[in-house]
Amino acid sequence: MELTRSQKEIQKAAQEFAKGEFDKEVTVELEQSRSYPAELLQKAAELGFVGLQFAEEYGGGGLGLVDACLVAEALCRKDSTMGSAVVLAAFGAECLHRFGDKKMKEQYLEQVTAGKMLAGIALGESDRGDDFTVLDTTATRSDNEWIINGKKRYVTNGGAAGFYLVLCRTEAKHAENSGVALILVEPDRPGITVADLGDKLALNSVALADITFADVRVPLTNLVGKEGQGLAQARAFLDEVKILAAARAVGIAAGAFDRALAYVKQREQFERKLAQFQITRHKIADMATKIELARLITYRAAADFDKGKADPTLSAMAKMTAARMAVEVADEAIQLFGGYGYMTEQEVERYYRDAKTIELCLGTRESQKDRIADLVIGKLK
Amino acid sequence: MQLLSYTEDHHRFRARLRKFLAEEVTPHVDQWEKEHIIPRAVWQKMGRAGFICPALPKEYGGGGGDFLHAVIVIEEIARTNHSGLATPLHSDIVVPYLESYATEELKRKYLPGCACGDIITAVAMTEPNAGSDLASMQTTAEEDGGEIVLNGSKTFITNGINCDLVVVAAKDPRAAEAHQALSLYLVEAGTPGFSRGRRLEKMGYHSQDTAELFFNNCRIPKSNRLGAAGTGFYMLMEKLQQERLVVAVMAVAAAEGILEQAMRYCRETMGPKGPLNRSQALAFALVEMSTEVKIGRTFLDKLIVEHMAGSRIIVETSMAKYWTSEMAKRIADRALDLFSQAGALEKTPIVRTFRDVRVMSIFAGTNEIMKGIIAKMKIN
Ligand SMILES: Cc1cc2nc3c(=O)[nH]c(=O)nc-3n(C[C@H](O)[C@H](O)[C@H](O)COP(=O)(O)OP(=O)(O)OC[C@H]3O[C@@H](n4cnc5c(N)ncnc54)[C@H](O)[C@@H]3O)c2cc1C
Repeated sequence: MELTRSQKEIQKAAQEFAKGEFDKEVTVELEQSRSYPAELLQKAAELGFVGLQFAEEYGGGGLGLVDACLVAEALCRKDSTMGSAVVLAAFGAECLHRFGDKKMKEQYLEQVTAGKMLAGIALGESDRGDDFTVLDTTATRSDNEWIINGKKRYVTNGGAAGFYLVLCRTEAKHAENSGVALILVEPDRPGITVADLGDKLALNSVALADITFADVRVPLTNLVGKEGQGLAQARAFLDEVKILAAARAVGIAAGAFDRALAYVKQREQFERKLAQFQITRHKIADMATKIELARLITYRAAADFDKGKADPTLSAMAKMTAARMAVEVADEAIQLFGGYGYMTEQEVERYYRDAKTIELCLGTRESQKDRIADLVIGKLK
Repeated sequence: MQLLSYTEDHHRFRARLRKFLAEEVTPHVDQWEKEHIIPRAVWQKMGRAGFICPALPKEYGGGGGDFLHAVIVIEEIARTNHSGLATPLHSDIVVPYLESYATEELKRKYLPGCACGDIITAVAMTEPNAGSDLASMQTTAEEDGGEIVLNGSKTFITNGINCDLVVVAAKDPRAAEAHQALSLYLVEAGTPGFSRGRRLEKMGYHSQDTAELFFNNCRIPKSNRLGAAGTGFYMLMEKLQQERLVVAVMAVAAAEGILEQAMRYCRETMGPKGPLNRSQALAFALVEMSTEVKIGRTFLDKLIVEHMAGSRIIVETSMAKYWTSEMAKRIADRALDLFSQAGALEKTPIVRTFRDVRVMSIFAGTNEIMKGIIAKMKIN
């Protein structure tokens, strides 16, 4: 796969931005104080790094998912945590962009792409991020309003987002989950309670919360897309953002690898550079190979998506493979650093934690396999 | 078949300790993790209750027990879900250097304090530029009259902030043979020229005060040298078998704890088609984890028996250190998957264990160094 000239330029711009703006000490401070890097997001947005795949009329880049992946990879490579925070600013906006109406998009997407607003999407109701078999949140029609009741779990940017797309049941429970819709809820509506989930394994600068909706009223026009299509829309959204998550994982792995590579070329023990031990050399070879494999499948998934041939199987494969690979590569990077690898100062331990959270969100390995198997095996006679 | 012959006394010891930890330790762990240190008073309470240096002879104030008492302490501390209270390092790794190699006078001076929790010890081998390759260490110890003058810096030292007494490895620059230059010395905190550096920020072991130590013309009496001059390497080699075994006990105990919690979560949590453990994939994952933990436990128990019988099992303990620490890491990693997004929340206890076990393949000799030792002794 060959990048176009404009893609190469975007990649380079993202690398330069990350090099100039990311500072590991600031990251550690933000992580400790659990504060979102608002200024950084603003700067990233000014350079067009937020919503690259959104239409230009909403402040987006009018580009594709490949471009968005290139930026995600470059940012996470330089700083896994800040890179992730910037990418996740728009988490949920992808769904609004695809299924929302013009008015909603004008009102919200422009602010998201300007780095002035965080997006929010509230889908799951269990520990498992892509399991919608538990779906008890209801939206009942009353005159010209929806009345929403229920509890959503693990909402990224929960408590900080400018809107939430909430997956609700609009009809009694059907086997096929057909009576489901996505409804946009403004965060200042009465009846919303946000419960922050506290300290996390990683990504503490990005909020994560459970949100309870108690008789929350929004206009009927807040319906996103079509009634009855909520589940399909949510799945399509996940299929898209899984590719972005895979790109983040590739960046995280590459960043951990960069650091480990530089270290083994410089550190000496037993009067030799670590890079002179055969075991170290083979580790480096394994890491490089894994990253390349994950990168290939990730960009293949993104390119197909941009060609209008989005393939849910490939999305799940890319997310599963890239996240696993990132955990393994970052883990090995820690090992190559020895005791230093366990220290905050050397960053790779944070890369490892960040990688693991990608594996845990948007459905674990088992969920991805369930999805891939469904699609590959199909219906049995 | 039970490989380890626990007696009634051991069982009572475990029960008393479990109660002690539940009352005096577990309720405070979250706070210590935040403060990145364990209050000294905890050591004192624990020592006076008889849980520090349980295997040290009674004449020195110890518990007069055996290595199984030490194993019990490691396992029970693992159950408190934190790793900062490093009494096993003190009791089973550092104090044995004093017990085996210090003069009778020094033993009488220090060991009772070590056992009652008044004296916290550390061992300082690693330097910024000498980790795996201890022979390249640069800290020097030079005789000057009746004294030894220490110069150099150490890093990653467990109990570095709390310690009152440090076993320091240093080289005599005048020694002819590199391997006969190394000796171990006892340095008391407060000795002029000895200072502590930063408390290091880490991925895990947050309640553990890992720190840098500095020696700047630090003068100690010559009698503070352990054993004969130049026998440092020999002493390290003698004691590393137990050190590696201690890490293996920590690793297996951690893995067992994680597994227990993962089982409980999967039984109690509803998934798309009933409790999670009804999912064939998750059930098989738990089966694989249980199998690994069982293999680790069986190997470990056998080595404990052999170690207690006085066998030299350098190869096997090196195997156990590397394999069980990798195993604990695999179990922790896999367990987080079973918890899905709950595996990313610190309020899920195994998240801390996941962060803590990562260091086990690094300290006490990295796993690559373990494999190198095994290769040298067994393959080449
Ligand atoms: C939390 C913590 C607590 C610690 N507590 C103590 C303590 O109390 N006292 C103490 O003295 N030390 C302590 N240490 C230090 C620890 O023992 C060292 O970190 C460890 O020995 C590795 O040394 P290093 O960090 O210098 O890594 P290095 O030796 O630089 O190793 C870096 C990498 O290179 C690999 N490597 C090195 N040599 C070879 C080779 N020949 N072939 C192949 N690969 C090789 C290593 O396996 C590792 O992966 C602690 C460390 C930590 C993280």
